[in-house]
Amino acid sequence: MKLKNVFASRWGIIAVGALIGVLATLLQKFGNPPNMGICVACFERDIAGALGLHRAEVVQYLRPEIIGFVLGSFLSALLFREFRPRAGSAPIARFVLGVFAMIGALVFLGCPWRAILRLAGGDWNAILGLAGLAAGIWIGTLFLKGGYNLGRSQSTYPSVGLMMPIIMLGFLAFIFLNPHIPGEPKSGILFYSLKGPGSMSAPLWISLAAGLVIGILAQQSRFCTMGAIRDLILFRQTHLFGGIAALLVFAFLSNFFLGQFHPGFQNQPIAHNLHVWNFAGMTLAGLAFALAGGCPGRQLFLSGEGDGDAAVFVVGMIVGAAISHNFGLASSPAGIGPHGAAAVIVGLIVCLFIGFTMRHKSA
Amino acid sequence: MSAVVDARGLSCPQPVMMTLNRIEALGKGVIEVLVDTDTSMENVARLAKNKGWSVKEIQDEGTGYKLVLEK
Repeated sequence: MKLKNVFASRWGIIAVGALIGVLATLLQKFGNPPNMGICVACFERDIAGALGLHRAEVVQYLRPEIIGFVLGSFLSALLFREFRPRAGSAPIARFVLGVFAMIGALVFLGCPWRAILRLAGGDWNAILGLAGLAAGIWIGTLFLKGGYNLGRSQSTYPSVGLMMPIIMLGFLAFIFLNPHIPGEPKSGILFYSLKGPGSMSAPLWISLAAGLVIGILAQQSRFCTMGAIRDLILFRQTHLFGGIAALLVFAFLSNFFLGQFHPGFQNQPIAHNLHVWNFAGMTLAGLAFALAGGCPGRQLFLSGEGDGDAAVFVVGMIVGAAISHNFGLASSPAGIGPHGAAAVIVGLIVCLFIGFTMRHKSA
Repeated sequence: MSAVVDARGLSCPQPVMMTLNRIEALGKGVIEVLVDTDTSMENVARLAKNKGWSVKEIQDEGTGYKLVLEK
C-alpha cells in the first residue's frame, strides 16, 4: 500500500488552503491585479485574450499561474503514481458546462477562488457572489440526490491524459518565443494588454513557481472550493471546507499586514455592485461546477493527473471566455454586459436541461 | 452479508454517494467498494470511518483500488 497522503488529512488541506491564501495575496503584492492574486476564471479569460480568441484589450495575458497549476499537478501525479489517463464521460456536456460556468463567473467577475480573495480583501460584493455560488451548488446537490451523473469514464491511452500538460508546455513555449515587448500590444502571435487587469502581473518566474507549488499541493490535497460547499450540503462533511476557510482567513490576515484590505461595497477593484447579478452569475457558475464535479481550479488539477473529461471542461471555460467578451456577456466595473443577463438565464436553462435529463439510477 | 459497490469510472461525489446508500441500506455487514482513483479511495475510506465502519483492507489492483469495509 502507498504511503499515507498527509495532504489529504484534515490539517493537510487546511495548510494547503492557508498557503494558497498567502501566495495569492503575495502574487498581488508582486504585481497581479487587486483582489486577483489568483483567479482561475479571470486567468483563463486572459489566456483566451492572449491567444486572440477575444479582442478585449484590457484582459490579454498568457497567465503562467494556469500553466503552473496543470504542470504542477502533472508532476505530482507522476511522483505519487496517481497519473491515470481516463476520458469518455459525456465530454460535450462537460464542454457546455465549462462554457456557461465561465459566462456566469464573468458576470460576477471571478471564480470561487477570487470570490474568497475578494472577500478577504474587504470587497463585500463577494458576499453576494459566494451566496449565489452556494445556491447554485445547492441546486446541483438536488440533482445529485435525484440520480444525476455524467456516466463513467474509461481508462485510455496515456497520450490522452498527456494532452493538457502538453498544451500547457506549448503555452509556456509561446511565452518564451513571444515575450512581452514593453509598450507593444502584440509580440509575435500573442496579445498583451497595455492597460487594465491584463497589464498587471507578477514577474513570470514568480507566477510560474507559485502555480507549480499550488498545482503540486492542490493535486495531493484534492483542494476544491465547489466540493467544499457541496460536501457540506450533501454529507454534512467539513473536510474540504477546512481548506477554503483557511484560504479566507489567511488571505485576510496577509492582506491586512500587506495593506491590501479595503472594506466596502463601493469602488472595489475589478468589481461591480449589482447585487442581483453578482448573485445570479455565481448561481449559474456554482450549478455548472456542481454538475461537472469540480471548481475551475480542481478541473485544472484533474486535467493534469490524466482526466481528459476535466480537460474538456477547461477548454469549455476558455472558449466560454471568448464568447463572453465577443458577445458582450462579461461584466466590467461599469456593470454587466449588454447581453449578460440574457446569457445567465439561458445558461441556467441549459444547466437545468442537463440536470434533469442525465439521470441514471446506479446502485 | 456482503455487497459490492462498483464506482469505477465515476467522479466525485458518486463513489461516496453510492457507498453511503449501501451503508444506510445494510446497517452492518461487509461492503466491497471498487474505485479507480486515489481521490475516490480516500473519500470512501473517510466516509466509512465517519459512519463508524472500519476499513479492513485496501487492495491496489493496478487500475484502481478495492476497499473492504466492515461493521
